[in-house]
Amino acid sequence: MAKDEYAAREFKVVGTRPLRPDGIDKVTGRARYGADISAPGMLVGMALRSPHAHARIKSIDTSAAEVLPGVKAVVTRADFTHQPEDNATADILDNCMAGEKALYDGHAVAAVAATSRNAALAALAAIKVDYDVLPHVMDVDDAMKPGAPVLLRGRKQESVPAEMSDNVLTRTQYGHGTPEEGFKKADLVIERNFKTAATHQGYIEPHACLATLGADGQGDMWVCTQGHYMVRNTCAAVLGLDAGNLRVTASEIGGGFGGKTTVFLEPTALVLSRKSGRPVKMTMTRDEVFRASGPTASTSIDIKIGMTRDGKITAATGDYRYQNGAYEAMNGTLGAMTGFAPYDLEHVRTTGWDVVTNRPKAAAYRAPGAPMAAFAVESVIDELARELGLDPIDVRLKNAAREGTRSAYGPTYPAIGLEATLEAAKAHPHWAAPLGENQGRGVACGFWFNFGGDTCVSLMINPDGTVSLSEGNPDIGGSRASMSMMAAEELGIPMEQVRTIVADTASLGQNEVTDGSRVTFAVGLATIKAARHAIEIMKERAAMTWGIEADAVEWVDGAAQPAGPNAGKFPPMTIAEIAAIASNTGGPIAGHHEVTAEGAGVSFGTHIADTEVDPETGAVKVLRYTVIQDAGKAVHPAYVEGQLQGGAVQGIGWALNEEYVYGADGTLQNPGFLDYRIPVASDLPMIDPVILEIPNPGHPYGVRGVGETGIVPPLAALANAVSRAAGVRLTSLPMSPPKVLAALKEA
Amino acid sequence: MSQIHVKTTINGDATEFLCEADETLLDVLRDRLDLTGAKEGCASGDCGACSVTLDGRLVCSCLMLGAEAEGCEIDTIEGMADGETLHPLQQAFLDHAALQCGVCTPGFLIAAKALLEKNPDPSEEETRYWLAGNLCRCTGYDKIIRAVLDAAKTMRETA
Amino acid sequence: MVAVRLWGSLAEFADGHREVDIAATNLRELLDGLAKAHPALKPQLERGVSVSIDGRIYNDTWATPISETSEVVLLSRLVGG
Repeated sequence: MAKDEYAAREFKVVGTRPLRPDGIDKVTGRARYGADISAPGMLVGMALRSPHAHARIKSIDTSAAEVLPGVKAVVTRADFTHQPEDNATADILDNCMAGEKALYDGHAVAAVAATSRNAALAALAAIKVDYDVLPHVMDVDDAMKPGAPVLLRGRKQESVPAEMSDNVLTRTQYGHGTPEEGFKKADLVIERNFKTAATHQGYIEPHACLATLGADGQGDMWVCTQGHYMVRNTCAAVLGLDAGNLRVTASEIGGGFGGKTTVFLEPTALVLSRKSGRPVKMTMTRDEVFRASGPTASTSIDIKIGMTRDGKITAATGDYRYQNGAYEAMNGTLGAMTGFAPYDLEHVRTTGWDVVTNRPKAAAYRAPGAPMAAFAVESVIDELARELGLDPIDVRLKNAAREGTRSAYGPTYPAIGLEATLEAAKAHPHWAAPLGENQGRGVACGFWFNFGGDTCVSLMINPDGTVSLSEGNPDIGGSRASMSMMAAEELGIPMEQVRTIVADTASLGQNEVTDGSRVTFAVGLATIKAARHAIEIMKERAAMTWGIEADAVEWVDGAAQPAGPNAGKFPPMTIAEIAAIASNTGGPIAGHHEVTAEGAGVSFGTHIADTEVDPETGAVKVLRYTVIQDAGKAVHPAYVEGQLQGGAVQGIGWALNEEYVYGADGTLQNPGFLDYRIPVASDLPMIDPVILEIPNPGHPYGVRGVGETGIVPPLAALANAVSRAAGVRLTSLPMSPPKVLAALKEA
Repeated sequence: MSQIHVKTTINGDATEFLCEADETLLDVLRDRLDLTGAKEGCASGDCGACSVTLDGRLVCSCLMLGAEAEGCEIDTIEGMADGETLHPLQQAFLDHAALQCGVCTPGFLIAAKALLEKNPDPSEEETRYWLAGNLCRCTGYDKIIRAVLDAAKTMRETA
Repeated sequence: MVAVRLWGSLAEFADGHREVDIAATNLRELLDGLAKAHPALKPQLERGVSVSIDGRIYNDTWATPISETSEVVLLSRLVGG
């Protein structure tokens, strides 16, 4: 444990801004993403998808498709012969290939592999599916009602009241104290309902894979994913294969944000390959990405907060109802845990519900469940502050959680950075900038956990003294560069002498997915330890060469040297010199570290947004945006800034324009980038990122995860800014022009 | 119907290929010519990840048929660097960390190059509006805009 | 004995106790002890929990030491994205 602890030091490489090693490949088009690879004899794989939101599949007749020219395999659920043992894997299988029922518009019911795209399309058109269309349910509150159409029975957890619809899968309640007593002490109590629409992570690269699976159970896959070890393990579990026989290589990934932490195409591509005897490439069209990958939950949230005249919160309650698409997920549970996390509350109670509806299976989106909860909570705090004539930052400071606070979800906080972000917001020039007519300013706090997880790193000293680092986490934000920097820092050599690659699943032990803001923290930790392991070996080799004890050798600036005058008079031996005689002194030199990293801390941020509302059109313009977040230690400051800016802009899109629009028949009306409107360059100002560095005591360099927290405050910051600009409280996202206009008219 | 034989010029090189009547230029570049720098993000002209220039004009290659390339000059990301010398825009993207996942980067570089050929001294607003047809989900556009304005300055100074 | 805090809806399966005492010196003994003392907790324990020990979150490591004075709080198994 002590070796993980933070130790202050002067950094030479960490904290600088070197160019990323994969940069030239990416600016020249050389970098290979999921769809950028081919294999000899490769077939095109395509899925046939349900046009109905809810239907029993009575029969599927593939005979006409099988005999079409160029068609080499047609599969349905009948070709997936293995029965998964646990619910989670069974759900993944059912989502990848429907069994008894199609549960959403876009649910895959069959798939083909053919020699060309046109041949595959013809085959899909020739498959006859006999559907018995069933009533569907799309809205979370509707799905909880007693008479609602039920998707699946028998999955309700024991904490859900028996009389509720079978669509309600979980109920989780957190908190402490007696809110009813606390509300009596308030001078003002505000209670409101909030709604958010489903959104999509919006990665520009659609899902893609190239799969080969032989009849002997040996397979290979190239795939864009946030976790190729997860892909291997999940496909093995779904198909009943041995994980060790499936070798998965991660391509470069064109965005994930949580949406690529699971599988949608991959098991099907493997089955098509096995059946046809050839490699199969499957990609999703943009239409399929929206209809059949993993959007976020839509929500209905009730928040009640009581406050005294001078701004102290006396009690708070929340009921967080989330629909997760057609299968079980935890977004409501996580929302209930995170919404009040920034505050020191004597009386608080939150209840989270996870509900199924006839929509695609939700996947994580950055900090899953948290942005919607923060939107609701921070909006009520803002309204209370405004009604009582109090400064919104001062109100948050007055109630801010700090070291020793009992959090709303249970644990007592160690040292945290929330107050620092609030103070920095207050001192930032943005907070004092003048506002004009129809303009408003909003501030909001956000909270998210950090994660550790399974991590393996190998660090090889090459014969010429350069270093090769192998890690197992797909690089979504520049992490290879950060690993090279940390290894270089530890070894005392220039970063250019370290090359980091993402190794395939056959080359390292198990690695957790790139998620949970974990990579710089956990893979960084393992990299530092692997480097220290290599250093110990190199010190021994120098000691052997000099004929002294290994503990009489120290490592300084990339070389071994005697630890003191008593140890002997020998000139330092550089890595290159030690490497040159490795074969003579005991063999090739490599350090490694395998760990399930634990004990990660938590992360807070504060955002400030200025908006202008056009009273004629309801359009909202973002004028200024500032993100303040505690990174512990920014290994590569430009990449940390990138995470803060990217998360904020996704939040801006979520707040102002993005939503899944369903027709009365339960089919998705806007599965494309034209009508699912993500922010474009002309929508936005520069995003000002402010990195605070309050070292994390549980990491040698003080690193905290940063990737997710940035998406938690923006929905709230914008709701507060727009509400103040418009003069009326907006409680439903997105705050698109028609909805803003409607709110203005009603006021 | 048999495939169509097309003769065109790509990145200055005479190029011939066969394609189906309904194949887009994007499909041809990626699947027939192994020029995978242009990406399919949407196949409907909304994301700009497939951007190329056609006789100097910025277009989405997914909105054009392969057969329409006959007799034209097409420039893709693969032709932007000069041997081992990066174009100032490419260098600026690296210097400003204007890419995270990098999948939108080829499209942005082609589009930004087209902008600067038309307007060597664009304002921030002009740059943002010109690039509004290129979607990025990772960066929030801040560092991209800074990189383009910085490259424009470099190019004006060395011109 | 370690005092373990349970979340509100979980306490319903421990006879309504928000806090229970379990003899344990590490994470594994804690989880096994909870299942033994309150069998109605087993479904949730099998689905998975995260454990906060003195403000830091642990998921898997059975040998994680827990002292009698540690603050131990059960959480739903956390996932990220």
